[in-house]
Amino acid sequence: MSIHVDIRKFFDGFTLDVAFEAGSEVVGLLGASGCGKSMTLKCIAGILRPDEGHIAVNGITLFDSEKGIDLSPQKRRAGLLFQNYALFPNMTVEQNIMTVLKSGGGYSSGRGRGRRDALERGLRLVERFHLKGLERHYPAQLSGGQQQRTALARIMAGNPAILMLDEPLSALDSYLRWQLEGEFLQMLEEFEGTTLYVSHNRDEVYRLCKKVCVLHLGRSEGERPGGVRTVRELFESPNTLASSILSGCKNYSRAEKITPRTVYAADWGVKLDCSAPWNDTSPDDIAYVGVRAHHVIVRPAFGEQGEGANVFPCRVLRVIQDVFSTIVNVQPLSAQPLSAEGGEFSLIRTELPKQEGQFREGDIVSAEIKPENVMLLKSS
Amino acid sequence: MDWFPLYNSLRVAGISTFISFFVGIFAAHAIAKAPRIVKGVLDCVLTLPLVLPPTVVGFFLLKVIGPLGPVGSRVLELWGFRMTMAWYSAIFAGTVVALPLMYRTARGAFETFDVTLLYAGQTLGLSDTFLFWRVILPNCRQGILAGTVLSFARALGEYGATTMVAGYIPGRTAMISTTVYQLWREGNDALAYKWVGINLAISFGVLVSMNMLENRYTRPRKSSAPIFSEPKRFSEPKREL
Repeated sequence: MSIHVDIRKFFDGFTLDVAFEAGSEVVGLLGASGCGKSMTLKCIAGILRPDEGHIAVNGITLFDSEKGIDLSPQKRRAGLLFQNYALFPNMTVEQNIMTVLKSGGGYSSGRGRGRRDALERGLRLVERFHLKGLERHYPAQLSGGQQQRTALARIMAGNPAILMLDEPLSALDSYLRWQLEGEFLQMLEEFEGTTLYVSHNRDEVYRLCKKVCVLHLGRSEGERPGGVRTVRELFESPNTLASSILSGCKNYSRAEKITPRTVYAADWGVKLDCSAPWNDTSPDDIAYVGVRAHHVIVRPAFGEQGEGANVFPCRVLRVIQDVFSTIVNVQPLSAQPLSAEGGEFSLIRTELPKQEGQFREGDIVSAEIKPENVMLLKSS
Repeated sequence: MDWFPLYNSLRVAGISTFISFFVGIFAAHAIAKAPRIVKGVLDCVLTLPLVLPPTVVGFFLLKVIGPLGPVGSRVLELWGFRMTMAWYSAIFAGTVVALPLMYRTARGAFETFDVTLLYAGQTLGLSDTFLFWRVILPNCRQGILAGTVLSFARALGEYGATTMVAGYIPGRTAMISTTVYQLWREGNDALAYKWVGINLAISFGVLVSMNMLENRYTRPRKSSAPIFSEPKRFSEPKREL
């Protein structure tokens, strides 16, 4: 049970270049909108044709530009859950599922086992996906969650070798999403093959996936051909600017290495000690530093605690009250605030426990970033 | 009263519609997938009869299927019958003028068809033929039915090209449209009124059925987006990168 993908597809001004390998586990494809996630799934499913490369699932080559192999979507056994579920509107739940079971052709293992067998499998699917009582409903009569279960049952009817889910939860409102996520977890555990889970939501990926492959502007990050990291690795030590943005980090500065343990954060105009636990010395090609919003310690008034390492004065630009926290945007006094380029980087967003009135806009405060919380990032 | 014109009109319009139904759907389906330039050219060619004067269409038809035309002379030579001045000659005229309507409406329907349904079907292992007949056509049903009705109405109302290729021979090629003209020329207003009434009734019926289809077609379809019975309790959290 494995998947091997290494493909390229060229467009005007955009190149899809994705490579990763995975076993029978849930792999998240994480990336911002328009970075080529859905396109990758379509290439694997055979709906889009890559310009070059190789795709194999469970050792069976689906596509190989060198050997001239390009299986039709019908023969790939790639179950793809579309964002809008793509149920046939003119067929009931039952018909949607049975159509696939009966067709069987070259796809399901149930070839020639007859109608009775197909009916029995259909019944089991209806029960497994909690669709009892809805068999005669048309898709338009179902709620979003029911539609999704029907679509999943239909995919399972095809006995897929790989399961691909394209933003399965993004069309649902947040309340329902929580309920469905639970169902999803269970279903993903039951499925034996590889599952590719496409999302732009880091929380979802963190909760549902074991491994993750980050896509940035059409390119998959990480070493080739492996390409995947564990979810923990990504969130605890993202190593590129794009992956740290995707992991939810909010503060960046362009940076230069000074010594193995100190960097100069150019946009903030401060020198930072760093002691990343995963990395004894900072690599030579670091281009950015990143700090998570809740890792910045803000204290009222500068100077009282003295100028320790990684402590620097800042001006409070804005105080925003969030639901459960207070967001304070500050700017280091040493930053070049008016430079057009990097202006966005000079801002530091901090997140403090909920409080009122402690900070006002215009105040000078001290900010501290602990050495272990300084993330060193490569540009790509 | 001789009912032949009614019978002949319905026969000609029916057969013309039948032919343009299949040719129109096939052309629409094929052209929807064609590259842009091919699409533009074929689209113009197939739509042209809609905007040309029927007499120009008739002129072209005569030049092609007339006894001296490239097709007409070959047919006369091989099978020994003339393609013009017979009842079936009107079918050629009817088909040419009805086809654009069938093609246009069918193409519109195919273009609004949600192509992910096709993709989903393919990844589920369903054959393209199955998907065309059981998924694409049923989901484009309204547009295709509307096109069929319009084609029938247009073929029934055809006069210019018909009179040029089929002429007016009472009991052989007479249709309602040509009969009305002939009766008016003879000053037989009483009978002309009768045929005018019959034609009005048919056209009215066709347009009413067309409107009933349109109503169904333009009524907001039940959205495929999730329908939640309970109100939203929480606002969507702002998505973060």
